[in-house]
Amino acid sequence: MRELSLNVMDVAQNSVRAKADIVKITVIESDKDDMLSITIEDDGCGMTEEQVNQVIDPFFTTRTTRKVGLGIPLFKLSAEQTGGSFDIKSKLNEGTTTKASYVKSHVDMTPLGDINSTIEILIRCNPDIDFVFTHTTDKGSFTLDTRELKEVLGDVSLDTPDVLEWIKQYLEEQTQIILGGV
Amino acid sequence: MKSLAELQAIRERAKANLDLRKENPNAARVLVGMATCGIAAGARPVLNAFTEEIAKRGLTDSVTVTQTGCIGICQYEPVVEIEVPGEEKVTYVKMTPEKAVKVVNDHLVNKNVVTEYTIGANTK
Repeated sequence: MRELSLNVMDVAQNSVRAKADIVKITVIESDKDDMLSITIEDDGCGMTEEQVNQVIDPFFTTRTTRKVGLGIPLFKLSAEQTGGSFDIKSKLNEGTTTKASYVKSHVDMTPLGDINSTIEILIRCNPDIDFVFTHTTDKGSFTLDTRELKEVLGDVSLDTPDVLEWIKQYLEEQTQIILGGV
Repeated sequence: MKSLAELQAIRERAKANLDLRKENPNAARVLVGMATCGIAAGARPVLNAFTEEIAKRGLTDSVTVTQTGCIGICQYEPVVEIEVPGEEKVTYVKMTPEKAVKVVNDHLVNKNVVTEYTIGANTK
């Protein structure tokens, strides 16, 4: 994957397929502490301990269309190749939390990339699932919680073009603040 | 700054044509393969190109863009399937943002399948 944001899009699909109602995506980055972490937390169907051990294996997948499942192994590799760490916790019927931690300055660090585009696409394609996206840097933090948006929107769906445009611009504005400083 | 008040205004506007969108049985569907293989091959810019061109053409009420999983032809990713009610499904392979623009204009607007991009034209 050329960008970590693509790994996020990929791994978040697992949450969608696990029939999650809420998917929380948290990105914390700090130049001061030379770290970046990505957490993807869902309340989907979860996995047994045995399955958790299996998903790390590239030749395990629950799908039947092909014999390999590379989503989690690629995400894990992206973190470990920077000297970071990777953790996946899951409980059957409760949900799954995946966390990747990176050493930001490492030569093998993959850039985070366009994480906002990932969030926008996830919302666009799964308007019935709630997403809570938090991005934190040394300069600040912001959260986009689709539950708050739905409260305002009532029966107007999140995938309405004007709403998606609002989300896109909101993410852009907020990102500028926490990356550029005020 | 984007505010929730602005969202409220969008809601009022959107409510007017809500029924129109929901109950359009003739809506075409653009399905972009977004599993690991599709994403790694560049499906995200393709999906973005589709949504942008569809918005530019004013087709947002008659075409929906959504993601789908891996359909098992990873070597042809990015794969895009187009379903137009009453017509046979068309599978486009090895898509790019540039090809996406052409598919919107030729296939969705002018109803001419871009044969050269289809899986039929690309299998050896």
